[in-house]
Amino acid sequence: METRVIVVTSGKGGVGKTTVTANLSARLAMEGFKVVAMDADIGLRNLDVVMGLENRIVYNMVDVIEGTCKLPQALVRDKRVENLFLLPAAQTRTKDAVTSDEMKGLCDSLRGEYDFVLVDSPAGIESGFRNASAGADEALVVATPEVSSVRDADRIIGLLESFGKRSINLIVNRVRPDMVRKGKMLGVSDVREILAVDMIGIIPEDETVVVSTNRGEPLALSNTSPASRAFEKIAGRILGRDIPLQDLDDLEEKGLFANFIKLFGRREGRG
Amino acid sequence: MGFLDRFFRKETPRQSARERLQLVLIHDRADISPDTMERIRKDLIKVINNYMVINEEGIEMDLERDGRSVALVASIPVIEVKRKHPRKRDK
Ligand SMILES: Nc1ncnc2c1ncn2[C@@H]1O[C@H](COP(=O)(O)OP(=O)(O)O)[C@@H](O)[C@H]1O
Ligand SMILES: [Mg+2]
Repeated sequence: METRVIVVTSGKGGVGKTTVTANLSARLAMEGFKVVAMDADIGLRNLDVVMGLENRIVYNMVDVIEGTCKLPQALVRDKRVENLFLLPAAQTRTKDAVTSDEMKGLCDSLRGEYDFVLVDSPAGIESGFRNASAGADEALVVATPEVSSVRDADRIIGLLESFGKRSINLIVNRVRPDMVRKGKMLGVSDVREILAVDMIGIIPEDETVVVSTNRGEPLALSNTSPASRAFEKIAGRILGRDIPLQDLDDLEEKGLFANFIKLFGRREGRG
Repeated sequence: MGFLDRFFRKETPRQSARERLQLVLIHDRADISPDTMERIRKDLIKVINNYMVINEEGIEMDLERDGRSVALVASIPVIEVKRKHPRKRDK
């Protein structure tokens, strides 16, 4: 299989890039693929703690680029999931420590050896984002259903198009069907229509995401929460499986259905 | 949303978010200043004046969204079509 290098990006910070990178990487590895999760957020590394691998880092990406170590020495192997590796960012350096060409070279040197390289991009549209995208063929754009996030995603999509990325797919994260139904926030369908880009997944707001981040245990490893199932589906779609996105409207309707059940249950309880 | 809100068709936050986003994105995507728009308008008038008499006051020109692209849509009221088109360097 030809290596697929995919950048996970968003423009706005705090919308779920690192969460998505960690969980999709774990999921793809569990499917039997060889995966490198690369942290391109130099100076503000996070992917290591979200994946729970922070204690095992010896070298980082900048060490590889500067020739301090060889690439395999910098890769941290996940002991819980076979075939999952982390390439950590440098924490005590700044974004200027690497150039776009060096990042591209780094991604290229992983080609052939691994099936997937997922690059966790820093927020913003400056050099950090450009470097993170430099070596990628494809992009996953993460947005939450908020005006500022969607606006930034639009800007990022425009830039990725101008870089000539051949595939750009949208993930809508932290969806709250209850609020959408009440007309209090943007729905997945609104975001999709406004951004007019291919959509590959919807992740609901789910507290197990926070719990798993605190534990440093990707959701894919241990549980079957709504977010975990969402990651499983997205990984499936990345692998080209035909998993319909119908959960888009389901998700928005489910709240209603759940309320019916609640209502019903309560009545029964009262006798 | 309460009954009264619905009755008076008050815009929901979801609808406001949609509309605000659509507007802001038109301008983000086009990245054209009002000054540039005004220059386009004047140039358009100049060109069209060669062929038609138009109502310059009645011109409406705006950027509209179409999927991921933006279209410049102009409505230019025509008063009269000129009989003879001026030809470049004819005779
Ligand atoms: N679907 C979700 N449900 C609940 N919390 C989430 C979800 N996605 C992300 N978060 C939380 O949001 C915060 C920011 O996520 P993170 O992945 O670090 O964003 P980014 O990398 O884009 O800055 C984290 O605390 C994370 O646990
Ligand atoms: Mg991050």
